[in-house]
Amino acid sequence: MNWNSLGDFLHMGGYGLYVWGSFGMCALVLGAECWGVALRRRALRDLPLDDDLDERPLHEA
Amino acid sequence: MSWTRYAAPQRFYPLAGRAVPWFAGLALLLAVVGLVIGLGVAPTDHQQGESYRIIFVHVPAAWMSMIIYLAMAFWAAIGLIFNTRLASMLAVALAPTGAWMTFLALWTGALWGKPTWGTWWVWDARLTSELILLFLYIGFMSLHAAIDDERRADRAAALLALVGVVNVPIIYFSVQWWNTLHQGASVSLTQAPSMATTMLWGMLIMALAFWMYSIAVALARTRVIILERERHARWARQALEPA
Repeated sequence: MNWNSLGDFLHMGGYGLYVWGSFGMCALVLGAECWGVALRRRALRDLPLDDDLDERPLHEA
Repeated sequence: MSWTRYAAPQRFYPLAGRAVPWFAGLALLLAVVGLVIGLGVAPTDHQQGESYRIIFVHVPAAWMSMIIYLAMAFWAAIGLIFNTRLASMLAVALAPTGAWMTFLALWTGALWGKPTWGTWWVWDARLTSELILLFLYIGFMSLHAAIDDERRADRAAALLALVGVVNVPIIYFSVQWWNTLHQGASVSLTQAPSMATTMLWGMLIMALAFWMYSIAVALARTRVIILERERHARWARQALEPA
């Protein structure tokens, strides 16, 4: 391990802003993307549905 | 039975549903291992100090931005040539993930460039071609969203994706073809890697984690797109109803 304390770890030899700005943005973006897919899935229930149900068999649909 | 059996969205939907937790779990596991190596075990770089640790997310994001584009263009082409709906849906599902990876590559690159080069951004070949990649993804999604008819949207966006493929080798070879500020590849197929072993392992494991994440999230999004498009079919309605 390269670090003697938590403060040392967060300081990143003076590059804390750049290193944590990079890792933090990645966590934020990937988390937000997953959340976005979950929201889109939830929104499916509110999509309009025609009442003429498609009864074709699978190989024609 | 053959693989084409799963070209039917109805059959692909449950298959993808079973695959997502595995890819997501692998992504999480690999990310934990990769972060421990990258932030804990890997030594300080004697030239760049601790700022080099940004490569543990920068390189995986940059690789995925190009790989996902190739995958997107591949599925878009399959959808265009063979008129298979599922292939087009896969292409559409990959685009946002590719765009985010491109954004992350640019963002982390800027945060690396500032302390290393003294500037957030420079209009050199590598950075500019990566920015064009972001515009290609945004163009693909915008064009697709602008056309109401899904299959026509698939075909138009597929053409754009295919034209844009030319940009991927330009990004990859830009550091060789032009005199750029961006450093050359530290890892390539033809030469021994020019970095410490733990650094290399950390980077490769993080790259695998990003790869697994991309598959998981793209498959999850494909499932949503399948239900959006097939919601008039009986099976999709049943899948939509809360169990």
